[in-house]
Amino acid sequence: MRIRLRFTKTGKIRWTSHRDIARVWERVIRRVGLPVAYSQGFSPHPKLHFGLALSTGHESVAEFIDIDLDDSSPLLPSEADLAALPLRVSAALPIGLEVTGCAVIPSNSTSLQQAVESCEWDIEIRGAAPDAVAAAVERVLAADDLTITRQRKGKDVTDDVRPYVLALAVVGPTDAGTQVHAHLATQPRGLRVSELLALLDPQWEEGLVRRTAQWTLIDGARHEPLEGPAEATSTSHATVRAS
Amino acid sequence: MTLWTELEPLLAKVQKPARYIGCEDGVYTPDHRPDAASWLLAYPDTYEIGLPNQGLQILAEIINERSDGAAERTYAPWADLEDLMRATGLPLFSVDTHRAAGDFDILAFNLSAELTYTNLVNMVDLAGCPIRSADRAPDDLLIGAGGHCTYNPEPIADFLDFVVLGDGEEAVGEITAAVAAWKQDGKGDRLEILRTLAGIEGVYVPRLYDAIYADGLLVETVPNDPAAPPTIEKRTIADLGEWPYPKAQLVPLTEVVHDRLNVEVFRGCTRGCRFCQAGMITRPVRERPADQVRTMVSEGLKRTGYDEVALTSLSTADFSGIEQVVVDTVNDPDCGGQVSVSLPSLRVDAFTVGIAGEIQKARRTGLTFAPEAGTWRMRQVINKLIREEDLYAAVRSAYSQGWRRMKLYFLTGLPTETDEDTLGIATLARNCVAIGKEYHKNPSVTVSLGGFVPKPFTPFQWFGQNTREELQRKIYLLRDELRRDHAVKLKWHDPKATMAEGLVSRGDRRMAAVIEDVWRHGGTFQEWGEHFDLRLWEEALERNGLREEDFVYRHRTEDETLPWDHLSAGLHKDFLWQDWRDALAEVGLEDCRWTPCYDCGACTGYGIEHVVASAVPPAGGSQGTGQDLGVGGEVPVTLLPSKPAPVGARS
Repeated sequence: MRIRLRFTKTGKIRWTSHRDIARVWERVIRRVGLPVAYSQGFSPHPKLHFGLALSTGHESVAEFIDIDLDDSSPLLPSEADLAALPLRVSAALPIGLEVTGCAVIPSNSTSLQQAVESCEWDIEIRGAAPDAVAAAVERVLAADDLTITRQRKGKDVTDDVRPYVLALAVVGPTDAGTQVHAHLATQPRGLRVSELLALLDPQWEEGLVRRTAQWTLIDGARHEPLEGPAEATSTSHATVRAS
Repeated sequence: MTLWTELEPLLAKVQKPARYIGCEDGVYTPDHRPDAASWLLAYPDTYEIGLPNQGLQILAEIINERSDGAAERTYAPWADLEDLMRATGLPLFSVDTHRAAGDFDILAFNLSAELTYTNLVNMVDLAGCPIRSADRAPDDLLIGAGGHCTYNPEPIADFLDFVVLGDGEEAVGEITAAVAAWKQDGKGDRLEILRTLAGIEGVYVPRLYDAIYADGLLVETVPNDPAAPPTIEKRTIADLGEWPYPKAQLVPLTEVVHDRLNVEVFRGCTRGCRFCQAGMITRPVRERPADQVRTMVSEGLKRTGYDEVALTSLSTADFSGIEQVVVDTVNDPDCGGQVSVSLPSLRVDAFTVGIAGEIQKARRTGLTFAPEAGTWRMRQVINKLIREEDLYAAVRSAYSQGWRRMKLYFLTGLPTETDEDTLGIATLARNCVAIGKEYHKNPSVTVSLGGFVPKPFTPFQWFGQNTREELQRKIYLLRDELRRDHAVKLKWHDPKATMAEGLVSRGDRRMAAVIEDVWRHGGTFQEWGEHFDLRLWEEALERNGLREEDFVYRHRTEDETLPWDHLSAGLHKDFLWQDWRDALAEVGLEDCRWTPCYDCGACTGYGIEHVVASAVPPAGGSQGTGQDLGVGGEVPVTLLPSKPAPVGARS
């Protein structure tokens, strides 16, 4: 049985890395007593599958993890157990990590890293006035192409990243600057928030950044990874919102 | 008041920001009442090194259980954050609630490594406190220290207000009560609280003592105040079973060393290895009841979610009934069958490897043994009584059970060491490889070579450390010898850092000026290879008119006053001197847990006994019952004590 959980990462814990959070999950699953499946071989490890890495320092209200459970275990959760799971797991997680949804998904589902096509972000730009940001946003959206040079496998590669900017808008002023909302594609390579910021103005400093949503694309329609089309959750509809 | 809002913008600009956020499972959020003593417990190294320190966690829990105390933690900020803190005026803070260090009453350090002393000074300075005790006002922090290094606190005596010798479990409560009372009275005269602290058993207040020198030598360290006792005895808790701490070991969010559950199974060791300070100063042996160990392991695993537990002590295979405890842990149904047990200090014999095989069913990567010296003669001198056949049996047992990599720890620069002894290391390593080849195609043996630093309260405290040049020569001698042995990998410690460690290990109060000088010239994180800078130490010595040979390389005489003579680890000085003579005569000494008492003083002086559940020694080779002490020989090297040249600061 494979289950998918949605969770948040907010507050002080945003300064931990993607790998740190992976280790936190391994311990939490043992603490909660979820009968996780282990890989075979010389060094068995629990079968946990993480989605797109979140940069250290960024917050998120839309993180996902897939967990393979041991179907032969007597502890395999029932539908009622699954409904109660978000609260149970949240209680064992450190402050700032909270499970906000849970569903059974097919064991052969496409991995989160492949399935997710785009992410939405709230980005605070420190020390920049809304007017200036709005002008930069307009320039980026009006551009036919936006080439940046970045490293891939140690080599400099030049990409046109304009197609990755699906939406971009000024939200308004914050205490420290201006907030923008961005919708950025993640496939095949993706555009990082820091890269977007450099496109707007290389002088601007990144403030609080929060991932607000991740989207999969099925038959041209966007779905949240927890709410795929009917067949994707046919085994169970135990989707629960704890918040 | 929390400094988090000031700290957070800096975190985007530093490496590993998770070092500074706290948020661990079990993080302390104590109530800092105005009438209670607030402790900021510090480890003067990075978070990754300091967080797992069990001593700090034990003391924090004990303080936080009290109604008159509160404790949080802090670690040394890495240089990148330190620069930003100094640039923005952000002081040292606790990682628990990000409270400013200056808002606490006590900043107390756990000192496990001498080269962290410059970090200690740096942290006191970052806390906004004058670095020297004499310059502090009543309202300034009380700066304290405990841990193994404090058996010679003299090099840092000028920076410390108080030092706790020995086990801290009981003393920390008494200090808390005293400081809380002083605080309730409005923190008047600072000397008053220092006098009160000096009256607590095991507490040393350096300012209440004068060190007197003549002709460049220390003559005596005597009280200058009636409140100060002439000798300070260490504290010893008689029953480890009464102190099941830490009860809720902190589980960090980010990677740290020893990232696992740790359960201390006994304290103290009477193997009597003469180079080992820990084995001398933590006597007698006090075992934790096996049932309590089982409970702490199974509850700890459930609470933390760790899948690994380390049973810690100075020689865990010596724990009575170790096999049963290990088997019970591995088979505990609550632990889900995925738990691995690690024994961080393996004894060198097949019995121990058998236990290791029992528990490490998966992940058989490498095993570490510490024969410490290359020849039987040398091992008799240091009283590490491992016979070659025991090492080979252990290694054979390990290779035959699937391990492929062995790591062997050795010391060089030991008393009476000859080139034959040094080269004996190569022979041992080669023979281990040969045994490995019977079982695997490509066995590998890593030899890790450390430079020997004589430590206070050991029989070798009188021994003049090998010079940097001599240590380097021996390292190269071994390197050249092993040049063609591709299966043997040699690693060694930098002899320059070994010299600096020697300087502060047995130095006296004159060393404070050197430590301050190194710190003022940017010398922090000196225990980190990439940060250690010998030039800083050389220049600091020169500026202060001191010479490394006087403090490091010179053999001490029996009648010489040692900087730690006014402190006591319970060991009789004449016992240590006799053991030193025995070492030079290559006479080994059996473990006193299972033989008649040698009257070292550690038990008798405090009216306590070894607490050992088993009346018989553990199974095994020379390290168990089969000790063979009959082999002896002539002393090949004569140690001639030398007097220092009359230079240096005098009182």
